[in-house]
Amino acid sequence: MNDPLATPLWRGARVGTAGLALIAAVAFPFVFTNPAVTSVAMFTLLFVGSSSAWNLFSGYSGYMALGNAVFFGSGAYFLANVAKDLHLKGGIGIFALVPLAGLFAGLVGVPVGWLALRTRRHTFVVVTISIFFVFQLLAYNLHSLTNGSGGMQLPMPPWLADTYNNYFYAAALVVAVVAIALSWAVRRSRFGLDLLAIRDDEDRARGLGVRTERVKLAAFALTGFITGMCGAITAYYLGSIYPPFVFDALFDVTIALMAFLGGLGTVTGPVVGALLLEPMQQYLTLRFSNAGISLILFGCLFLLVIRFLPEGVVPSLARLLRHVLRTRGEPQAGPGDPPPYDSPADHSPAAREVPR
Amino acid sequence: MTALLEVREVRKSFGGLHALNGCSLTVQEGTVAGLIGPNGSGKTTLFNVITGYERADAGTVAFGGQDVTGLATGKIGGLGVGRTFQLTRVFNRLTLLENLQVGRAGVPRERRGELYGPARCMELLDFVGLTALAQAQAGSLSYGQRKLVELAMVLAQEPKVVLLDEPAGGINPTLIGQIADRIGELNRRGMTFLVVEHNMEFVMGLCDVISVMERGAVIACGRPEEVRKDPRVLDAYLGGALDDGPDDGPGGPTGQTEGIEGAQP
Repeated sequence: MNDPLATPLWRGARVGTAGLALIAAVAFPFVFTNPAVTSVAMFTLLFVGSSSAWNLFSGYSGYMALGNAVFFGSGAYFLANVAKDLHLKGGIGIFALVPLAGLFAGLVGVPVGWLALRTRRHTFVVVTISIFFVFQLLAYNLHSLTNGSGGMQLPMPPWLADTYNNYFYAAALVVAVVAIALSWAVRRSRFGLDLLAIRDDEDRARGLGVRTERVKLAAFALTGFITGMCGAITAYYLGSIYPPFVFDALFDVTIALMAFLGGLGTVTGPVVGALLLEPMQQYLTLRFSNAGISLILFGCLFLLVIRFLPEGVVPSLARLLRHVLRTRGEPQAGPGDPPPYDSPADHSPAAREVPR
Repeated sequence: MTALLEVREVRKSFGGLHALNGCSLTVQEGTVAGLIGPNGSGKTTLFNVITGYERADAGTVAFGGQDVTGLATGKIGGLGVGRTFQLTRVFNRLTLLENLQVGRAGVPRERRGELYGPARCMELLDFVGLTALAQAQAGSLSYGQRKLVELAMVLAQEPKVVLLDEPAGGINPTLIGQIADRIGELNRRGMTFLVVEHNMEFVMGLCDVISVMERGAVIACGRPEEVRKDPRVLDAYLGGALDDGPDDGPGGPTGQTEGIEGAQP
């Protein structure tokens, strides 16, 4: 089957679009200087990162994790603790600790994944949710590490109000780009192929020699690394963190919903999903405050996505585009499509070399 | 000739059902061995035990003189035992090319490029006649085509012995002939096969030796023309249909009458 979107022209168009999107993202805070807008933009980028990270494990492997806030919270509390213990002053230097917070969250992912990945399918979902609540409970009760419900303060950056958000925006952009780049690299690698094979038939993959346990755990920890960095940046931006804010069940659902909306298992899906949903969520919260209406609308949207766009926005659009290109380029019924039945023509017995 | 695969007194029960009841089987290196028997006689369970998808309750499986009983599936595959499935198991949402690239059992790092590189995989797709569909999703293929993809997937692992579970089941006659050709060609190059199949014409034409299973054990073994005349074999097929034993699988009798087609001289 010839994919009309795999021609050099379309490939070039994709690279061009990605480049333009990056330029637009870099230019954004210079064009829109209103702090209210840059704040929304920064959170959107953090969700691009978190949702891409979720997709990197769950979208590729088919294991629907609903407890990634474990990583988010671990990264946030790691940064808060290090900053407190080392008596760090606010400033750009704090951002240097963000990758360390990511590494810490990735390490947390190893025992968590080791435990959760003994299970599959629905059980796995339930186990990840349960582990999430265990972590939230720990955050309330491990006073020496988290100060319980009293929360923790982070160093105050010395920046002026009109450029304050830009530092965080830049950091969020870096993390988002890293997340997308990792998703892309994994998707094209043998590691990614193993994950996709696990999604389709895990036992068969194991039979073919894929080290399934190792592959799943590595992807899970990688997801933790990115999500932990998002948590650390969020903590620094907020200035103070409390257990229910960084170990947030809504976060678990939101990042999954974004990936579902955009297109599960695709590189661009979670990006598109986050770009659509996060500004909307922020707007709804602003408009209806804390009345909970935004949550109800959000839930309804989730159902609509599952019902009408089970594949997600990106795959649906790609399918539409392919259809348009095929019917325009080749008026007769697409000869590139695989024949529905075994047609002898496809298996011409022309003498074939035995591959050795 | 040396014995490449040796199954000794293997037992496997599911609850009260004795799927394998002291089953022994030897496959000589370089042969195409057939395995026939009524539905529910334990052929697929035997495959599962040999390849490590299921653990035997008792008995041993040796491959190339090495005891492989109870090893993990990936390990056994890495030693050189490849298999296909009765209901095809391909990775539906991966392209054919990607399907062939999954897995690396026992392959040293420096040989991976050569073994799993696109060039090698395209060769294999060409061998099964599916080059044109290299970029198609495996799930979009017909059942028969997926069987061919499975064969190519197994060949990508460079196995010493290949276990084929009903390679001709549900496939049109033209394609069956081509699958038989491919197996014969690979066998001439030294690959050993163990084939489960209900299509008697296919089995009789292809196999050097045939083993017959009945109620979890091999009851007869020999060259095709010997097996065809063996009274125990005829009894297993025809007798089973007359006095329907309690541990016949569902649909047993119908499968048995189906199986005997072409078996009569």
